[in-house]
Amino acid sequence: MRSYLLNRAWQSLVTLVLATVVVFLGVRALPGDPALALAGEDRTPEALAAIRERYGLDQPLPLQFWHFVSNAAHGDLGTSVRTGQSVNDMLRTALPVTLELSLLAIAIAVVLGVGAGVVAAVRRGRPAEWVANAFALLGLSVPHFWLGLIAILYLSVATGLFPASGFVPLGEDPVSNLHHVILPALILGTGLSAVIMRQTRSSMLDSLSTDYVRTAEAKGLRPSVVVRRHALRNSLIVVVTIVGLQLGGLISGAVVTEQIFGLPGFGKMTIDAVFQRDYPVIQAVVLVTATAYIVINFAVDLLYSIIDPRVRVTGEAS
Amino acid sequence: MTATATTATPDTGTAPVLEVAGLGVRFATESGTLSAVDGVDLSLAPGEIVGIVGESGCGKSVTAMSLAGLLPRSAKIEGSVRLLGTELVGAKPGVLRAARGQDIAYIFQEPMSSLNPVLTVGRQITEVLQVHEKLSRKEALERAVELLGVVGIPSPRERVKHYPHQLSGGMRQRVMIAMAVACQPRVLVADEPTTALDVTVQAGILDVLRGLRDRFGTSILVITHDLGVIADVADRVVVMYAGRVVERAGVDELFARPQHHYTSGLLSASPTPGRHAGTHRLQEIPGLVPVLSEQPDACTFADRCPAATDRCTTSRPVLEPARVSAPEPAQGRPMGQGGPDGLGREHLVACWHPRGDTPRLTPEDRA
Repeated sequence: MRSYLLNRAWQSLVTLVLATVVVFLGVRALPGDPALALAGEDRTPEALAAIRERYGLDQPLPLQFWHFVSNAAHGDLGTSVRTGQSVNDMLRTALPVTLELSLLAIAIAVVLGVGAGVVAAVRRGRPAEWVANAFALLGLSVPHFWLGLIAILYLSVATGLFPASGFVPLGEDPVSNLHHVILPALILGTGLSAVIMRQTRSSMLDSLSTDYVRTAEAKGLRPSVVVRRHALRNSLIVVVTIVGLQLGGLISGAVVTEQIFGLPGFGKMTIDAVFQRDYPVIQAVVLVTATAYIVINFAVDLLYSIIDPRVRVTGEAS
Repeated sequence: MTATATTATPDTGTAPVLEVAGLGVRFATESGTLSAVDGVDLSLAPGEIVGIVGESGCGKSVTAMSLAGLLPRSAKIEGSVRLLGTELVGAKPGVLRAARGQDIAYIFQEPMSSLNPVLTVGRQITEVLQVHEKLSRKEALERAVELLGVVGIPSPRERVKHYPHQLSGGMRQRVMIAMAVACQPRVLVADEPTTALDVTVQAGILDVLRGLRDRFGTSILVITHDLGVIADVADRVVVMYAGRVVERAGVDELFARPQHHYTSGLLSASPTPGRHAGTHRLQEIPGLVPVLSEQPDACTFADRCPAATDRCTTSRPVLEPARVSAPEPAQGRPMGQGGPDGLGREHLVACWHPRGDTPRLTPEDRA
């Protein structure tokens, strides 16, 4: 297990470095000059040169890269070109918003998706399955930005049940915070739950027809125990993979959802930074995203070994 | 369900623990109905080991699964299955659940896929004890350790914590058996219990089954295609063909004087050590077991039978006492000899042209 962890840590580091290089070069390959964006009306060569010098944009690329990496390694992600704010501070306010939205969304997605998937598999060929399938098809085919707009239109603007936009930090007022976040989380979560539902259903159908489920039935266990302890436990291996993959997608989903609901999160920060060619912020955003992917993947792998004892042994062997 | 597992000694001669009458199983498939089992009668006395033998597709496994209602929903079951006096065909789910694991338990063919890969073997044994015997988790674990010892697993205290993939095939099947007999069921159904195992491991598993019968008086129904297994453990044999019982007799009697041409065909198709080594080819039965949508009014074996006549294709033979001379006095085996006694121990055959007194090899010759 220890060598397995070391191996994973090493792989993660390589992935991070590669991601950093790619984004550093990618950002600079984008058309558009940050100095131009910043200069506004005063586009004299002197003003542009001053801006370039101030943000280190006049230095050779390798040197710029070295500055970025060595500062990042010390926990300093630089200063926003646009606002002059420290990127660390920006992340400190934006990340909790996105984290809360994502966790809530994934919780909703897992509860709805796994629940509906199990029902669809157990009640195969009965009305309950049709309802679950219709729900999943709807969730898959309706784009969630559209669903978000509809929700704002009917649940916020027309009836005033939920605020249409804005955010209150959790620490300030938990009730108001939930009130602001629950609708975007629901919108984001239902889209994910459809995918989870389809996977859970097919994986449960496989599990339910296995010999060990027949064994469990032959023991005289209640159907609910057979489903939960024997069939679902095995199906979870597939479900965890899907949820892990979805978590990555969730970050991009959050970008759109945050934009629609006006949440001051990571997604909004990303979009603003890209439009403004705010190099330090874009770099930081990608670095954080890459780290998030790596952590999620690692967590998923650890979850596998908790769910499936056969993975534990392979982990030790490698 | 009043019947609980008692620490019975092999008390032969009392009422049968399992009585099957007129059992029929049909499957609704996309290409119409499929008749898998038709009019099967069967009884199992306390402490008795009965073998059901036949080729693949003869309906022996379906018969076994139907006893405790373990078939998929597409199966239509008719007839009667009485377990310790309780009717199981058409019984409420609660009645079936109470019987499963408690009064009737199963061992399946493939121990790797029949055990849940993500639960420890200990957990898989304790759950059945917790459900039926209402033991606490700790008590159940103690019993699980004991049970693993009973079925011959070394260092059981360590093994309860293991997962199925950490055990060998033979060990897994022993775990299956420990799981099945955890609540000391009166009836144990073993569906091809040794088929997936090495020959060297097979004998050990059969020993365990025999030991359970001797120790707890468990009645065992062994489903197999392997006549060697039958000769080894069974007291009585039921021969099935295309969903019907074609012959039923004590094991020595059946091996010595098979009456149905299918039975004698099966016997000729399995090797006899020593006998004709190198000089004699194994006889195969030409053709395959037919898949039937309707049970015809004919002998289903007629197409493959060397002795078939017009009568065999126009009229269905029923199980009748075989016309054979009285068998020699029983030696060693208390049961399984000819002679009617109400427990289905006489030699019955469903054939218009039974073989009569044509001699056959004895199991002693074969074993």
